[in-house]
Amino acid sequence: MSDNLQPRGSDDASFAQPLYTPIKRRSFFMYAGATAGATALVLAGCSKDSDPVVTNNLIDVGSGDTGVLNYAYALEQLEAGFYTALRDGSYYKGLGANSAEKLILDDLYYHEVIHREFFKAAITSGRINDSLKPDFSKVDFSSRTSVLGTAKAFEDLGVAAYNGAGQYITSPLYLTLAGKIVSVEARHAAIIRDLVKEGDFVGNDIVTLTSANASASAGGAAPSGSSVERSMTPTEVVNVANGFLAEGSKLNVSGLK
Amino acid sequence: MNLFQIISEIEKVDPEVYDRLDSRRSIFKHMTGLGQKLSAAALPLAVGAIFNKVYAQTPMNASVNDVLNFALSLEYLESYFYNAGQASAPLQLGLSTTNKAALEIIRVDESNHVTFLRGVLGAAAITPPTTATFDYTGGKGTGAGPFADVFINPATYLAVAQSLEDTGVRAYKGGAPLLMSNKTVLTAALNIHSVEARHASRLRTMRRGGANNNAASQGVPAAPYNAAPKSWISGTDNGGASPAQTAPIYGAGNNTNAPTGVTFDAESNTTQGGANLTTLPNTTGFPASAFSEAFDEALDVTTVKAIARTFVVNGSTFLA
Repeated sequence: MSDNLQPRGSDDASFAQPLYTPIKRRSFFMYAGATAGATALVLAGCSKDSDPVVTNNLIDVGSGDTGVLNYAYALEQLEAGFYTALRDGSYYKGLGANSAEKLILDDLYYHEVIHREFFKAAITSGRINDSLKPDFSKVDFSSRTSVLGTAKAFEDLGVAAYNGAGQYITSPLYLTLAGKIVSVEARHAAIIRDLVKEGDFVGNDIVTLTSANASASAGGAAPSGSSVERSMTPTEVVNVANGFLAEGSKLNVSGLK
Repeated sequence: MNLFQIISEIEKVDPEVYDRLDSRRSIFKHMTGLGQKLSAAALPLAVGAIFNKVYAQTPMNASVNDVLNFALSLEYLESYFYNAGQASAPLQLGLSTTNKAALEIIRVDESNHVTFLRGVLGAAAITPPTTATFDYTGGKGTGAGPFADVFINPATYLAVAQSLEDTGVRAYKGGAPLLMSNKTVLTAALNIHSVEARHASRLRTMRRGGANNNAASQGVPAAPYNAAPKSWISGTDNGGASPAQTAPIYGAGNNTNAPTGVTFDAESNTTQGGANLTTLPNTTGFPASAFSEAFDEALDVTTVKAIARTFVVNGSTFLA
C-alpha cells in the first residue's frame, strides 16, 4: 500500500490520484493511524515484507513489523499449546476445584489462547502457519515439578522475548500492543515462580541484581544492581523455543534485526 | 497537483487536519497564494514535509530525557515508599517472613531503578526530591489522608503498594512509544516495565493471601477482585484497592496527543488493534474477565501525574 503514497517523479497525477480514490484514502488513514474511526487493523497490510517461507525445514517468520508479530504469534502458539496439553494431564486433573493453582493455571490457559487468537486475527497478511506443532515430549504432565517448571521457563522466555524484540518494532501501535501483552506475561511469570518457590518472583537469573546483563539485547550496558530484566535476542529465544517445536515447525528468525 | 484540494479531501475524513497542520489554522486556510509561488518540482517535498509534521511528529514533543525524568520521578515515589515501610517497626511486625523478604526485594529493585535511571540521564537528571515531598497517606501533606494507617496497617500498606506498581506498569507502557528514537533506552525501559509488572503480581498475591501468610501465592482469588485480587487485572479491578482514591488507576486515560494509533483505554478494554477479543474463535466458554485480563492497558503522562500527585504534598512542584 505504501507504494501508493510515495510521490514518484514529477507526474502529478500518479501521486495525487490515489488520494482521490475513497478506498485508498481510507487505507492511508489506517496507515497513518490518524482517525480513531478507521479501527479495523490490518497489521501487515502496509508491509513490503516477503511472505514467510520454509527453508531448510525452518519456518521463516519474515522481517520488519510483520516478522516481529509472527515471532510473537509463534511463541503464543507454543504457550497456548502447552496450557492446552497441560489440562489433559493428571497433575492438572488432580488439582482441587477451588485451589489457587487450578484457578491460576485456568487463567493462564485463557490468556494465552486469547493472545494466540488475537495474533491470528490481527496478522492478515504474511502470517506464518497457524498450526505449529509443539513437541512436549520433555514434559511430564503428571508431575507438578515438571509442569510448573516448564510453565516458568515459558513465561520467563516470553517476557525476555517481547522485551528483546521491542526495538525492532517501527509502529507505536504495535509496540503498545506488545507492551500490553508482555506485562501480563510478566505477571504470569511472577506467580508461577512463586508457586515453584515462594518469593522468587524476581530472581538474579532473570533480573540484573548481583550480576550484570548477560544478554546482547538488554540495552547492552545494564550493570549489576540495576534491577532490569534480562531480555533475549530472537536468536537466543528460538534456541530455546525450537526445542519445544516439532520438526517442520521450528523457527528461523534471521530476518529480525 | 492541487495541494489545497488534497487537504480539503483529508478534511472530510479527518476534520481536525488543520489543527494537526498548525494551531494557527488560518495560515493554511488562506495561503492559497503559496502554491503559485512554489515550483511544481518542489511540491511533493512540501507535501511530504507537511504530512511528516501532521502525522509523524513526536507526541507532546517529549524528549527522551523528559520521558526518562518522568519515569525517574515515579521511581522516587516508589523507592521512598518502600524505604519508609521498611523503617516502620509496627508495619514489619504484621508481615510474614516471606512477605517481608518479598518487600525487601521490591525495595531494592526500586532503589536500583532510581540509580540506573540517574546513570542513564547523567547531568540531565532531575534534582532528587526530599522525603518531605511525599505524603503516602494521600493527605497531600496533612499526614492524615485516606491511607492514614499506611505505615502501621499491612493491609493498607499492600493496597497502596499495589496501586503504585499498577500505575507504574501503565506509565512505562504509555511512555515506551516516546522512546522509540533510541533503541537502547527503549529496551532498558521495557526491561524495567516487566520488573514492575512482576512486583505488581506479587503484591496482589500478598494482598489476597494476607500479609501474615507465608504461602501468599496459594491464596485463592475470589470476586470482587479488589478485595481478594488476582495477580492480573480483571475489568477495572472494581476501582482498585480503595475505589474512592484508586479508580483512576484502572480507568481510561486522556487520548490528546496520543502516539499514532494508540488509545489509552480503561483496563476493562476488550478490543485490541481493532479486534474484538470476546468473539475470537476457540474462546467459547471463557469467563468474561479473561478478555480484559489478557491485556494490560497503557496510560498517558498527564493522567499518571494526576494519580501520582495523590501522594505529593500541596505546594510541591514535583510531578507537576
